[in-house]
Amino acid sequence: MNAVLEFFTKSLAIAEMELRKLLRDPMELLSRAVQPVLWLAIFGQVFSRVRGIPIGNVSYLSFMTPGILAQSVLFTAIFYGIAVIWERDLGIIHKLLASPTPRGALVFGKAIAAGFRGLVQAVIIYLIALAMHISLRTDPIAVIGVLAAVVLGSAVFSTFSLIIACIVKTRERFMGIGQVLTMPLFFASNAIYPLSLMPDWLKVVANVNPLTYLVDALRMLMIDGGQGAHSLLMNFTVLGVVFIVFVFIAAKLYPTLVG
Amino acid sequence: MAAVTVQHGAHELAIETSHLTRRFGDFTAIDQLNLSVPYGGIFGLLGPNGAGKSTLIKMLTTLMKPSEGSARVAGFDIVQAPGEVRKRIGYVPQLLSADGALTGVENLMLSAKLYGIPGAEQKQRVDEALHYMGLSDSARQLVKRYSGGMIRRLELAQAMIHRPAILFLDEPTIGLDPVACQSVWDRLKALNKEHGMTILMTSHFMDEVDELCDTVAILHQGRLAASDTPEQLKDAVGDEATMTDVFAYFSGGNLDREGSYRDVGQTRMTAKRLG
Repeated sequence: MNAVLEFFTKSLAIAEMELRKLLRDPMELLSRAVQPVLWLAIFGQVFSRVRGIPIGNVSYLSFMTPGILAQSVLFTAIFYGIAVIWERDLGIIHKLLASPTPRGALVFGKAIAAGFRGLVQAVIIYLIALAMHISLRTDPIAVIGVLAAVVLGSAVFSTFSLIIACIVKTRERFMGIGQVLTMPLFFASNAIYPLSLMPDWLKVVANVNPLTYLVDALRMLMIDGGQGAHSLLMNFTVLGVVFIVFVFIAAKLYPTLVG
Repeated sequence: MAAVTVQHGAHELAIETSHLTRRFGDFTAIDQLNLSVPYGGIFGLLGPNGAGKSTLIKMLTTLMKPSEGSARVAGFDIVQAPGEVRKRIGYVPQLLSADGALTGVENLMLSAKLYGIPGAEQKQRVDEALHYMGLSDSARQLVKRYSGGMIRRLELAQAMIHRPAILFLDEPTIGLDPVACQSVWDRLKALNKEHGMTILMTSHFMDEVDELCDTVAILHQGRLAASDTPEQLKDAVGDEATMTDVFAYFSGGNLDREGSYRDVGQTRMTAKRLG
């Protein structure tokens, strides 16, 4: 079997089983709809009364909707690595690593499944946004672009999560680090306020934060009149390159789960 | 399962290690081990907790790299050609390796795909493996509803679906009741006798060793303390010696010598899940 074909076939085999598990028990994923509702309905409603946030010609609610979708993608993906710690404690990882499966395919397969989890979040946020009469772009190209960005963003952060899991190896430490990372990643991004409001040091952090590029792409693609700081090409390129680098790192670290 | 052909590598030994060594910091888990396992038998690897059995199995199954020395498994070097080794071996870890959130069929389909069995053959191979392990009736149940014996048989089915030359089993009957043990033993004997799979297994359970193994190696502090047929070993230790006597004699201790906190914890966890 051709090596590239083998890589993708086996990645899909991993992803398929992850999806079967997800569809069998979707509660965990669906429960993640609660948080974005609170952000949009409460935080968003209050902050839309604040004038003077320089967000261009859109309403604050419109401005933050892509940010909340990105947040939802981040929060859903960043704890995904706990699954491999669970699999390690059970012994499933041992079985997978002793099989002739490229390590990268084990990681990539999980990223595909995480992408699907992200898509579910996107549907949820679209529904909430429609219910709140936020004006969305509905042309097919924009919607497909949003879904692509969500899949890529989920892949980036879930693979980041796998890297953390490979390093910390226990559930307790993982949950601790996950909690510590999510809020800084969220606040050091353009999700709920524009980069132009940030002090210079925070701008630097925000510019190396992949979430910023996800939000930027979503803002251009998701809402009417949404404007980004970078081009779509740049946003997708940054996310794509980060993803590939993360897959390499995670594939290198994966075997250390069996120690 | 009809006519399983096991392909041997050009090399005549199933497993051959040369000065194989693995250190963890100051601790030497496997120390200059030279071990030869021919094709065709059931080879028992014994030793108290902490003797290095799990470390040795992890190295032979390519999960861990040696610190020094080398090993060939199914004709290929574990460090130079781990991918070739992986294609030719099956592995059932001591921990629980079947996914409880999937059905028996789904677990097997995953193995079939990861071992590169062509799409057209996958379903047939999965059905055969289920039938062979006596799991056809529960194939579409979630594995978390399986009994301990059924889980172990499913794991064996997963480990043999690609017809490996060598099966590695780490404590295959730990935590199982006597009836479930017997059902696993019967399958292991059949895989060995009817299908010619070489089996290397670790065990703590001397009845199991007596029942299954043609050759036994006893590890003690990372070194080979003895290696022979169970009969020869018993004769060497004394008249009417049992495997337990043999074990105690060569491992310089008794069966209850405790391993590390993590070893004991994992063993108990596995036993609890399967029991």
